[in-house]
Amino acid sequence: MPRVSIVQLFQVLTQIGLTSFGGGLSGWMYRELVERRRWFSEEEFLSSLAIAQAMPGINVINLSMWVGFRLRGSLGALVGFCAMVFPPLAVIIPLSMAYELLGRYALVHHVLAGIAAAALALTLNMGQRVTAAASRDLISILVVAATFVGVGLLRYPMFETVLAITPISLAWSFYRERHA
Amino acid sequence: MNWPLILLLVRVFAPLSFVTIGGGASILADVERQSVNVHHWVTPAQFLDLFAISRAAPGPGSLLVALIGFRVDGVVGALTAALAVFLPASVLLFLVARVWRHYRGSTWMQAVERGLAPVAAGLVLAGVLSVLRIAEGGIMAWLVAVFAFIALRWLRANPFVLLACGGLIFAVAGHFWWPG
Repeated sequence: MPRVSIVQLFQVLTQIGLTSFGGGLSGWMYRELVERRRWFSEEEFLSSLAIAQAMPGINVINLSMWVGFRLRGSLGALVGFCAMVFPPLAVIIPLSMAYELLGRYALVHHVLAGIAAAALALTLNMGQRVTAAASRDLISILVVAATFVGVGLLRYPMFETVLAITPISLAWSFYRERHA
Repeated sequence: MNWPLILLLVRVFAPLSFVTIGGGASILADVERQSVNVHHWVTPAQFLDLFAISRAAPGPGSLLVALIGFRVDGVVGALTAALAVFLPASVLLFLVARVWRHYRGSTWMQAVERGLAPVAAGLVLAGVLSVLRIAEGGIMAWLVAVFAFIALRWLRANPFVLLACGGLIFAVAGHFWWPG
């Protein structure tokens, strides 16, 4: 893992937090931290993402804290939290005031919807990469598919679906680890 | 400072912190119920506008609660609401991170990370689908997302250019084909 200074960590995470227009923050993080800066391998990022999603809390804040913790320990986690909360907060409040003035124009709604649609490309990019990395064997491919079908297509409640599928995936992972 | 109001924000939003498993979307319904129906902090129309801003603006989408807090008690309200939702789960994550560091690299920790990975990948893919489902513009949103993904992945297009194109396409399409 590369040596990253606290200042650099704060700069990069703040930059991600402030430029991730249209949502899908973890896709932006993937692009910046894995593809561009290579601070994390795909595998390391994927395990961080998995933990960020499994834990209670907002995924992207969990992910940012976890990334910070892996790079710079406790102080890094604090930086990860602050960079993802305070700078975006300072931007979104003036934005919401501007929206009160401009929101009645249909054009504004259309542009925002278009930005959100295009921003999905980043999430799709990350989704494709992490799916490829997570699909180690037939069982893990089935787990990816079952989670997608359950939560995405059939719209089962996320919490219960994950609670049902995760033990199977963990059991298989332990079995493989033991018999590797 | 309006202490009763601040305490009320904490009382309403802090319990949601631990319910945010799998991302901010899981608390959306309750945030809406509390702030529109129970406490009348915002009207239903205002809530929809704030939701649209929080999705398009950079940073975590869950900053929606900060926008509601801002309507309740200005900047203090925004900070209170944001910290009430984000901080409790983040403290828990921090404690888990310290345990993780203690056991990192051990066989069972590796098995846990590898077992969680396919579930995480399935959730990312399901997330894309759920955003596409509520996206404005129907088939147009799907097309923009897919073409932006292809451009990002294989043409190495700059994401900001893609977002601008998405906004522009929707602005033009919205102007000519979806009047009103």
